[in-house]
Amino acid sequence: MLAQAEHQQQSAAGFKFDNVKRNQLLTGKGFKQSTATKTGTTIVGLIYKDGVVLGADTRATADTIVADKNCEKIHYLAPNMYCCGAGTAADTEFTTNMVSSQIALHSLNTGREARVATAMTMLKHHLFRHQGYIGAALVLGGYDITGPHLYSIAPHGSTDKLPFVTMGSGSLAAMSMFESRWRPNMSRDEAVELVKDAIEAGIFNDLGSGSNVDICILTQGNVEYVRGYSRPNERVEKEQSYRFPRGTTEFYVTKTTETATAMDTSA
Amino acid sequence: MEYNGSAIVAMVGKNCVAIAADKRLGQQALTVDMDFEKVFPMTDRTYIGLSGLATDVKTVHDTLRMRVNLYKHREERVIEPRTMAHMVSHMLYERRFGPYYIEPIIAGLDKNQKPFICGTDLIGCPNFPSDFVVTGTAGSNLFGMCESLWEPDLEADDLFETISQALLNAVDRDAVSGWGAVVHVITPEGVITREIKNRMD
Repeated sequence: MLAQAEHQQQSAAGFKFDNVKRNQLLTGKGFKQSTATKTGTTIVGLIYKDGVVLGADTRATADTIVADKNCEKIHYLAPNMYCCGAGTAADTEFTTNMVSSQIALHSLNTGREARVATAMTMLKHHLFRHQGYIGAALVLGGYDITGPHLYSIAPHGSTDKLPFVTMGSGSLAAMSMFESRWRPNMSRDEAVELVKDAIEAGIFNDLGSGSNVDICILTQGNVEYVRGYSRPNERVEKEQSYRFPRGTTEFYVTKTTETATAMDTSA
Repeated sequence: MEYNGSAIVAMVGKNCVAIAADKRLGQQALTVDMDFEKVFPMTDRTYIGLSGLATDVKTVHDTLRMRVNLYKHREERVIEPRTMAHMVSHMLYERRFGPYYIEPIIAGLDKNQKPFICGTDLIGCPNFPSDFVVTGTAGSNLFGMCESLWEPDLEADDLFETISQALLNAVDRDAVSGWGAVVHVITPEGVITREIKNRMD
Protein backbone atom coordinates (compact mmCIF):
# COMPACT_ATOMS: atom_id res chain seq x y z
CA MET A 1 0.00 0.00 0.00
CA LEU A 2 2.71 2.40 1.03
CA ALA A 3 4.72 1.56 -2.07
CA GLN A 4 1.66 2.16 -4.20
CA ALA A 5 0.98 5.50 -2.55
CA GLU A 6 4.61 6.42 -3.06
CA HIS A 7 4.34 5.63 -6.78
CA GLN A 8 1.34 7.87 -7.08
CA GLN A 9 3.22 10.59 -5.25
CA GLN A 10 6.26 10.18 -7.45
CA SER A 11 4.27 10.56 -10.63
CA ALA A 12 3.02 13.96 -9.49
CA ALA A 13 5.63 16.30 -10.88
CA GLY A 14 6.76 19.51 -9.22
CA PHE A 15 7.12 20.63 -5.65
CA LYS A 16 5.22 19.22 -2.69
CA PHE A 17 3.53 21.52 -0.25
CA ASP A 18 2.25 19.04 2.34
CA ASN A 19 4.53 20.35 5.09
CA VAL A 20 3.72 24.01 4.54
CA LYS A 21 0.77 24.29 6.93
CA ARG A 22 2.57 22.43 9.69
CA ASN A 23 5.68 24.53 9.20
CA GLN A 24 3.68 27.76 9.41
CA LEU A 25 2.14 26.54 12.67
CA LEU A 26 5.55 25.59 14.03
CA THR A 27 7.07 28.95 13.04
CA GLY A 28 4.09 30.71 14.63
CA LYS A 29 4.86 28.89 17.89
CA GLY A 30 8.42 30.18 17.78
CA PHE A 31 10.22 27.26 16.10
CA LYS A 32 13.47 28.44 14.61
CA GLN A 33 14.16 27.20 11.11
CA SER A 34 17.79 26.64 10.20
CA THR A 35 19.20 28.63 7.31
CA ALA A 36 19.64 27.17 3.85
CA THR A 37 23.09 27.14 2.32
CA LYS A 38 23.75 30.22 0.22
CA THR A 39 26.57 30.68 -2.17
CA GLY A 40 27.37 34.27 -1.13
CA THR A 41 29.43 34.31 -4.24
CA THR A 42 31.30 36.18 -6.87
CA ILE A 43 30.49 34.85 -10.33
CA VAL A 44 31.53 36.46 -13.60
CA GLY A 45 31.65 35.94 -17.33
CA LEU A 46 33.12 37.80 -20.29
CA ILE A 47 33.33 37.48 -24.04
CA TYR A 48 36.74 37.67 -25.67
CA LYS A 49 38.06 37.22 -29.19
CA ASP A 50 37.50 33.44 -29.55
CA GLY A 51 34.80 32.67 -26.98
CA VAL A 52 33.56 33.03 -23.42
CA VAL A 53 35.32 32.80 -20.06
CA LEU A 54 33.32 32.04 -16.91
CA GLY A 55 34.70 32.41 -13.40
CA ALA A 56 33.54 31.69 -9.84
CA ASP A 57 34.79 31.62 -6.27
CA THR A 58 34.30 28.45 -4.17
CA ARG A 59 32.80 29.53 -0.82
CA ALA A 60 29.39 28.32 0.39
CA THR A 61 27.88 29.89 3.48
CA ALA A 62 25.11 29.09 5.95
CA ASP A 63 24.44 32.44 7.63
CA THR A 64 27.91 33.47 8.82
CA ILE A 65 29.37 29.95 8.86
CA VAL A 66 31.46 28.82 5.91
CA ALA A 67 29.61 25.61 5.01
CA ASP A 68 31.97 24.53 2.22
CA LYS A 69 35.41 25.94 1.49
CA ASN A 70 35.72 24.45 -1.96
CA CYS A 71 32.34 24.05 -3.65
CA GLU A 72 31.65 23.98 -7.38
CA LYS A 73 29.66 26.93 -8.68
CA ILE A 74 30.24 26.49 -12.41
CA HIS A 75 27.58 23.95 -13.35
CA TYR A 76 27.50 21.79 -16.46
CA LEU A 77 24.55 22.52 -18.73
CA ALA A 78 25.47 20.96 -22.07
CA PRO A 79 28.71 20.03 -23.86
CA ASN A 80 28.91 23.60 -25.18
CA MET A 81 27.36 25.43 -22.23
CA TYR A 82 28.18 26.06 -18.60
CA CYS A 83 26.34 28.11 -16.01
CA CYS A 84 27.57 29.87 -12.87
CA GLY A 85 25.13 30.00 -9.96
CA ALA A 86 24.72 32.46 -7.09
CA GLY A 87 22.09 32.67 -4.37
CA THR A 88 20.38 29.73 -2.63
CA ALA A 89 22.78 26.89 -3.32
CA ALA A 90 20.11 24.19 -3.63
CA ASP A 91 18.18 26.30 -6.16
CA THR A 92 21.17 26.92 -8.42
CA GLU A 93 22.12 23.23 -8.25
CA PHE A 94 18.66 21.85 -9.03
CA THR A 95 17.64 24.50 -11.57
CA THR A 96 20.76 23.97 -13.68
CA ASN A 97 20.46 20.18 -13.32
CA MET A 98 16.88 20.20 -14.51
CA VAL A 99 17.55 22.46 -17.48
CA SER A 100 20.62 20.38 -18.31
CA SER A 101 18.50 17.25 -18.68
CA GLN A 102 15.87 19.14 -20.69
CA ILE A 103 18.62 20.38 -23.02
CA ALA A 104 19.99 16.86 -23.42
CA LEU A 105 16.54 15.60 -24.47
CA HIS A 106 16.05 18.63 -26.72
CA SER A 107 19.35 17.92 -28.53
CA LEU A 108 18.38 14.27 -28.92
CA ASN A 109 14.98 15.22 -30.37
CA THR A 110 16.30 17.84 -32.79
CA GLY A 111 19.57 16.11 -33.59
CA ARG A 112 21.38 19.38 -33.13
CA GLU A 113 23.52 20.99 -30.50
CA ALA A 114 21.29 23.24 -28.41
CA ARG A 115 21.70 27.00 -28.64
CA VAL A 116 22.61 29.12 -25.66
CA ALA A 117 19.46 31.22 -26.19
CA THR A 118 17.38 28.04 -25.78
CA ALA A 119 18.94 27.27 -22.41
CA MET A 120 18.53 30.90 -21.38
CA THR A 121 14.83 30.81 -22.28
CA MET A 122 14.29 27.56 -20.37
CA LEU A 123 15.99 28.99 -17.30
CA LYS A 124 14.14 32.30 -17.35
CA HIS A 125 10.75 30.64 -17.88
CA HIS A 126 11.38 28.35 -14.90
CA LEU A 127 12.47 31.23 -12.69
CA PHE A 128 9.70 33.59 -13.81
CA ARG A 129 7.07 30.90 -13.24
CA HIS A 130 8.16 30.76 -9.60
CA GLN A 131 8.06 34.55 -9.22
CA GLY A 132 11.51 34.90 -7.64
CA TYR A 133 10.92 32.29 -4.92
CA ILE A 134 13.58 30.13 -6.54
CA GLY A 135 16.57 32.17 -5.45
CA ALA A 136 18.95 31.48 -8.33
CA ALA A 137 21.03 34.24 -9.95
CA LEU A 138 22.85 32.81 -12.92
CA VAL A 139 25.58 33.64 -15.40
CA LEU A 140 25.13 31.53 -18.51
CA GLY A 141 27.87 31.19 -21.08
CA GLY A 142 28.24 29.04 -24.16
CA TYR A 143 29.41 28.70 -27.73
CA ASP A 144 26.90 27.53 -30.34
CA ILE A 145 26.36 27.66 -34.10
CA THR A 146 25.82 31.41 -33.90
CA GLY A 147 29.00 32.06 -31.90
CA PRO A 148 29.77 32.96 -28.29
CA HIS A 149 26.96 34.09 -25.97
CA LEU A 150 26.84 35.39 -22.44
CA TYR A 151 23.72 36.04 -20.36
CA SER A 152 22.97 36.98 -16.79
CA ILE A 153 19.67 35.71 -15.39
CA ALA A 154 18.14 37.22 -12.24
CA PRO A 155 15.97 35.20 -9.79
CA HIS A 156 12.74 36.79 -11.09
CA GLY A 157 13.52 35.71 -14.64
CA SER A 158 14.83 38.87 -16.26
CA THR A 159 17.87 38.44 -18.49
CA ASP A 160 20.66 40.58 -19.89
CA LYS A 161 22.85 39.80 -22.88
CA LEU A 162 26.12 41.62 -22.37
CA PRO A 163 29.80 41.32 -23.27
CA PHE A 164 30.75 41.11 -19.57
CA VAL A 165 28.61 40.32 -16.51
CA THR A 166 29.03 39.77 -12.78
CA MET A 167 26.61 38.43 -10.18
CA GLY A 168 26.38 37.58 -6.51
CA SER A 169 27.39 39.50 -3.39
CA GLY A 170 30.85 40.09 -4.85
CA SER A 171 29.48 41.44 -8.13
CA LEU A 172 30.41 45.04 -7.31
CA ALA A 173 34.02 44.18 -6.56
CA ALA A 174 34.25 42.07 -9.70
CA MET A 175 32.51 44.66 -11.88
CA SER A 176 35.02 47.30 -10.81
CA MET A 177 37.73 45.17 -12.40
CA PHE A 178 35.72 44.63 -15.57
CA GLU A 179 34.68 48.28 -15.93
CA SER A 180 38.27 49.44 -15.66
CA ARG A 181 39.99 46.75 -17.72
CA TRP A 182 37.61 45.06 -20.18
CA ARG A 183 38.18 45.77 -23.87
CA PRO A 184 36.59 44.24 -26.97
CA ASN A 185 38.49 41.40 -28.71
CA MET A 186 40.84 40.56 -25.84
CA SER A 187 43.26 37.67 -26.23
CA ARG A 188 42.67 34.43 -24.38
CA ASP A 189 45.42 35.05 -21.82
CA GLU A 190 44.25 38.60 -21.15
CA ALA A 191 40.66 37.40 -20.74
CA VAL A 192 41.55 34.62 -18.30
CA GLU A 193 43.78 36.96 -16.30
CA LEU A 194 41.00 39.55 -16.04
CA VAL A 195 38.44 36.94 -14.93
CA LYS A 196 40.88 35.65 -12.31
CA ASP A 197 41.48 39.18 -11.01
CA ALA A 198 37.74 39.91 -10.94
CA ILE A 199 37.03 36.78 -8.86
CA GLU A 200 39.97 37.54 -6.57
CA ALA A 201 38.57 41.04 -6.08
CA GLY A 202 35.42 39.33 -4.82
CA ILE A 203 37.30 36.79 -2.72
CA PHE A 204 39.28 39.45 -0.88
CA ASN A 205 36.78 42.34 -0.72
CA ASP A 206 33.47 40.52 -0.26
CA LEU A 207 32.89 38.48 2.92
CA GLY A 208 30.39 36.20 1.19
CA SER A 209 33.03 35.02 -1.28
CA GLY A 210 36.27 33.20 -0.61
CA SER A 211 38.79 30.38 -1.17
CA ASN A 212 39.72 29.55 -4.78
CA VAL A 213 39.07 30.64 -8.35
CA ASP A 214 37.38 28.22 -10.77
CA ILE A 215 37.50 29.05 -14.45
CA CYS A 216 35.77 27.71 -17.53
CA ILE A 217 36.83 28.66 -21.06
CA LEU A 218 34.33 27.93 -23.84
CA THR A 219 35.44 28.17 -27.45
CA GLN A 220 34.21 26.69 -30.73
CA GLY A 221 33.95 22.93 -30.13
CA ASN A 222 36.05 23.05 -26.98
CA VAL A 223 35.65 23.49 -23.24
CA GLU A 224 38.40 23.91 -20.72
CA TYR A 225 37.22 23.66 -17.12
CA VAL A 226 39.95 24.50 -14.60
CA ARG A 227 39.04 23.73 -11.00
CA GLY A 228 41.23 25.81 -8.68
CA TYR A 229 42.83 27.92 -11.44
CA SER A 230 44.14 30.13 -8.67
CA ARG A 231 44.42 29.07 -5.03
CA PRO A 232 45.34 32.17 -3.05
CA ASN A 233 44.09 30.78 0.27
CA GLU A 234 45.87 27.44 0.74
CA ARG A 235 45.85 26.19 4.29
CA VAL A 236 49.37 26.06 5.71
CA GLU A 237 50.57 22.75 7.05
CA LYS A 238 49.84 22.20 10.74
CA GLU A 239 52.88 22.64 12.93
CA GLN A 240 51.67 20.09 15.43
CA SER A 241 49.56 16.94 15.32
CA TYR A 242 46.56 16.63 17.62
CA ARG A 243 46.40 12.88 17.20
CA PHE A 244 45.17 11.19 20.37
CA PRO A 245 46.88 8.07 21.72
CA ARG A 246 44.75 4.98 21.14
CA GLY A 247 42.65 4.24 24.22
CA THR A 248 42.01 7.90 25.10
CA THR A 249 38.27 7.61 24.63
CA GLU A 250 36.45 5.37 27.08
CA PHE A 251 33.62 3.30 25.66
CA TYR A 252 31.02 0.95 27.09
CA VAL A 253 29.75 -1.27 24.33
CA THR A 254 31.36 -2.51 21.17
CA LYS A 255 29.40 -4.16 18.44
CA THR A 256 31.15 -5.39 15.33
CA THR A 257 29.07 -6.02 12.27
CA GLU A 258 31.01 -7.97 9.71
CA THR A 259 30.29 -7.20 6.11
CA ALA A 260 28.73 -10.14 4.33
CA THR A 261 31.26 -11.41 1.75
CA ALA A 262 32.60 -8.01 0.76
CA MET A 263 29.14 -6.84 -0.26
CA ASP A 264 28.31 -7.70 -3.85
CA THR A 265 27.18 -4.51 -5.56
CA SER A 266 27.74 -5.67 -9.09
CA ALA A 267 25.02 -8.34 -9.44
CA MET B 1 16.65 22.74 15.11
CA GLU B 2 17.23 23.87 18.68
CA TYR B 3 13.93 22.34 19.75
CA ASN B 4 15.23 18.77 20.09
CA GLY B 5 19.01 19.31 20.02
CA SER B 6 21.54 17.18 18.17
CA ALA B 7 25.16 16.80 17.10
CA ILE B 8 26.34 14.60 14.26
CA VAL B 9 29.73 14.39 12.57
CA ALA B 10 31.33 12.22 9.89
CA MET B 11 35.02 11.97 9.00
CA VAL B 12 37.12 10.39 6.29
CA GLY B 13 40.06 8.18 7.26
CA LYS B 14 42.43 5.88 5.40
CA ASN B 15 40.20 3.29 3.70
CA CYS B 16 37.56 3.96 6.32
CA VAL B 17 34.95 6.46 7.41
CA ALA B 18 33.42 7.24 10.79
CA ILE B 19 30.09 8.73 11.74
CA ALA B 20 29.22 9.77 15.28
CA ALA B 21 26.23 11.30 17.01
CA ASP B 22 24.98 12.26 20.44
CA LYS B 23 21.98 10.43 21.90
CA ARG B 24 19.89 13.18 23.49
CA LEU B 25 16.30 13.94 22.62
CA GLY B 26 14.92 17.01 24.31
CA GLN B 27 11.97 19.32 24.27
CA GLN B 28 13.94 22.51 24.58
CA ALA B 29 15.63 22.35 28.02
CA LEU B 30 13.77 19.23 29.13
CA THR B 31 15.58 15.99 28.36
CA VAL B 32 13.10 13.34 27.26
CA ASP B 33 15.31 10.50 26.03
CA MET B 34 18.97 9.60 26.47
CA ASP B 35 18.98 6.78 23.93
CA PHE B 36 17.55 8.43 20.84
CA GLU B 37 18.87 7.03 17.58
CA LYS B 38 19.96 9.60 14.99
CA VAL B 39 22.37 7.52 12.92
CA PHE B 40 20.88 4.67 10.94
CA PRO B 41 22.51 1.89 8.93
CA MET B 42 20.96 1.97 5.45
CA THR B 43 23.18 -0.71 3.90
CA ASP B 44 26.08 -2.84 5.15
CA ARG B 45 28.42 0.09 4.70
CA THR B 46 26.36 3.22 4.24
CA TYR B 47 25.07 5.09 7.29
CA ILE B 48 22.90 8.17 7.46
CA GLY B 49 22.76 10.67 10.32
CA LEU B 50 19.68 12.87 10.61
CA SER B 51 19.78 15.96 12.79
CA GLY B 52 16.96 18.41 13.40
CA LEU B 53 13.30 18.09 14.30
CA ALA B 54 12.81 14.58 15.76
CA THR B 55 9.45 13.97 14.07
CA ASP B 56 11.07 14.63 10.70
CA VAL B 57 14.06 12.48 11.60
CA LYS B 58 11.62 9.58 11.96
CA THR B 59 9.56 10.44 8.87
CA VAL B 60 12.55 10.91 6.58
CA HIS B 61 14.25 7.78 7.91
CA ASP B 62 11.13 5.68 7.27
CA THR B 63 10.62 7.09 3.76
CA LEU B 64 14.27 6.64 2.92
CA ARG B 65 14.26 3.08 4.27
CA MET B 66 11.43 2.31 1.88
CA ARG B 67 13.12 4.01 -1.06
CA VAL B 68 16.41 2.17 -0.43
CA ASN B 69 14.56 -1.17 -0.19
CA LEU B 70 12.66 -0.46 -3.40
CA TYR B 71 15.95 0.47 -5.11
CA LYS B 72 17.44 -2.84 -4.01
CA HIS B 73 14.54 -4.81 -5.47
CA ARG B 74 14.34 -2.84 -8.71
CA GLU B 75 18.07 -2.72 -9.39
CA GLU B 76 19.02 -6.06 -7.78
CA ARG B 77 22.04 -4.45 -6.15
CA VAL B 78 22.81 -2.50 -3.03
CA ILE B 79 22.66 1.28 -3.28
CA GLU B 80 25.94 3.19 -3.43
CA PRO B 81 26.51 5.97 -0.90
CA ARG B 82 26.73 8.60 -3.64
CA THR B 83 23.45 7.43 -5.16
CA MET B 84 21.82 7.55 -1.75
CA ALA B 85 23.08 11.08 -1.22
CA HIS B 86 21.32 12.16 -4.41
CA MET B 87 18.19 10.27 -3.38
CA VAL B 88 18.10 12.17 -0.08
CA SER B 89 18.94 15.45 -1.76
CA HIS B 90 16.02 15.09 -4.20
CA MET B 91 13.66 14.01 -1.40
CA LEU B 92 14.43 17.22 0.44
CA TYR B 93 14.37 19.56 -2.56
CA GLU B 94 10.97 18.21 -3.56
CA ARG B 95 9.77 20.02 -0.47
CA ARG B 96 11.67 23.22 -1.26
CA PHE B 97 8.81 25.45 -0.13
CA GLY B 98 7.69 23.37 2.86
CA PRO B 99 10.80 21.58 4.02
CA TYR B 100 11.49 18.82 6.49
CA TYR B 101 13.46 20.39 9.31
CA ILE B 102 16.45 18.09 9.07
CA GLU B 103 20.03 18.28 7.91
CA PRO B 104 21.35 14.86 6.95
CA ILE B 105 24.86 13.45 6.76
CA ILE B 106 25.73 10.38 4.72
CA ALA B 107 28.87 8.33 5.31
CA GLY B 108 29.96 5.10 3.71
CA LEU B 109 32.36 3.13 1.57
CA ASP B 110 31.58 2.76 -2.12
CA LYS B 111 31.99 -0.43 -4.18
CA ASN B 112 35.72 0.29 -4.58
CA GLN B 113 36.08 0.72 -0.79
CA LYS B 114 36.62 4.43 -1.31
CA PRO B 115 35.43 6.59 1.59
CA PHE B 116 32.43 8.81 0.89
CA ILE B 117 30.87 11.53 3.01
CA CYS B 118 28.17 14.03 2.15
CA GLY B 119 26.05 16.56 3.93
CA THR B 120 23.05 18.54 2.75
CA ASP B 121 21.11 21.50 4.09
CA LEU B 122 17.40 21.29 4.89
CA ILE B 123 16.38 21.80 1.26
CA GLY B 124 18.81 19.25 -0.09
CA CYS B 125 21.79 21.23 -1.34
CA PRO B 126 24.54 18.60 -1.45
CA ASN B 127 28.04 19.19 -0.15
CA PHE B 128 30.82 16.67 -0.82
CA PRO B 129 33.88 17.57 1.26
CA SER B 130 37.04 15.51 1.32
CA ASP B 131 37.62 15.72 5.07
CA PHE B 132 34.59 15.98 7.40
CA VAL B 133 30.96 17.06 7.62
CA VAL B 134 29.04 18.28 10.66
CA THR B 135 25.42 19.04 11.47
CA GLY B 136 23.11 19.80 14.39
CA THR B 137 22.92 22.39 17.13
CA ALA B 138 26.57 21.75 18.00
CA GLY B 139 27.50 22.15 14.33
CA SER B 140 29.60 25.28 14.72
CA ASN B 141 31.37 23.76 17.74
CA LEU B 142 32.06 20.64 15.70
CA PHE B 143 33.44 22.73 12.86
CA GLY B 144 36.00 24.17 15.24
CA MET B 145 36.94 20.80 16.70
CA CYS B 146 37.21 19.06 13.34
CA GLU B 147 39.16 21.89 11.73
CA SER B 148 41.89 21.50 14.35
CA LEU B 149 41.79 17.75 15.14
CA TRP B 150 41.26 16.16 11.73
CA GLU B 151 44.24 15.09 9.67
CA PRO B 152 44.44 13.03 6.49
CA ASP B 153 44.96 9.25 6.33
CA LEU B 154 43.98 8.29 9.88
CA GLU B 155 43.75 4.54 10.48
CA ALA B 156 40.42 3.18 11.77
CA ASP B 157 41.53 3.15 15.43
CA ASP B 158 43.01 6.66 15.25
CA LEU B 159 39.96 7.93 13.40
CA PHE B 160 37.80 6.62 16.25
CA GLU B 161 39.78 8.64 18.79
CA THR B 162 39.74 11.80 16.66
CA ILE B 163 36.02 11.74 15.86
CA SER B 164 35.11 10.80 19.45
CA GLN B 165 37.14 13.64 20.95
CA ALA B 166 35.78 16.09 18.38
CA LEU B 167 32.21 15.13 19.23
CA LEU B 168 32.71 14.93 23.00
CA ASN B 169 34.32 18.34 23.29
CA ALA B 170 31.78 19.92 20.95
CA VAL B 171 28.72 18.69 22.84
CA ASP B 172 30.19 19.74 26.18
CA ARG B 173 29.83 23.35 24.99
CA ASP B 174 26.29 22.82 23.70
CA ALA B 175 23.50 22.75 26.26
CA VAL B 176 20.97 20.87 24.15
CA SER B 177 23.08 17.99 22.83
CA GLY B 178 25.17 15.27 24.45
CA TRP B 179 23.93 12.81 27.09
CA GLY B 180 25.64 9.81 25.57
CA ALA B 181 27.16 9.28 22.17
CA VAL B 182 27.61 6.56 19.59
CA VAL B 183 30.44 6.15 17.06
CA HIS B 184 30.38 3.91 13.99
CA VAL B 185 33.64 3.22 12.19
CA ILE B 186 33.03 1.74 8.75
CA THR B 187 35.88 -0.34 7.30
CA PRO B 188 36.01 -2.80 4.37
CA GLU B 189 35.93 -5.68 6.91
CA GLY B 190 32.88 -4.43 8.77
CA VAL B 191 31.44 -1.78 11.03
CA ILE B 192 32.61 -1.21 14.59
CA THR B 193 29.98 0.48 16.74
CA ARG B 194 30.99 1.91 20.08
CA GLU B 195 28.95 3.70 22.72
CA ILE B 196 31.34 6.15 24.29
CA LYS B 197 31.47 7.47 27.81
CA ASN B 198 30.67 11.13 28.20
CA ARG B 199 29.38 13.82 30.58
CA MET B 200 25.72 13.41 31.49
CA ASP B 201 24.93 17.06 32.21
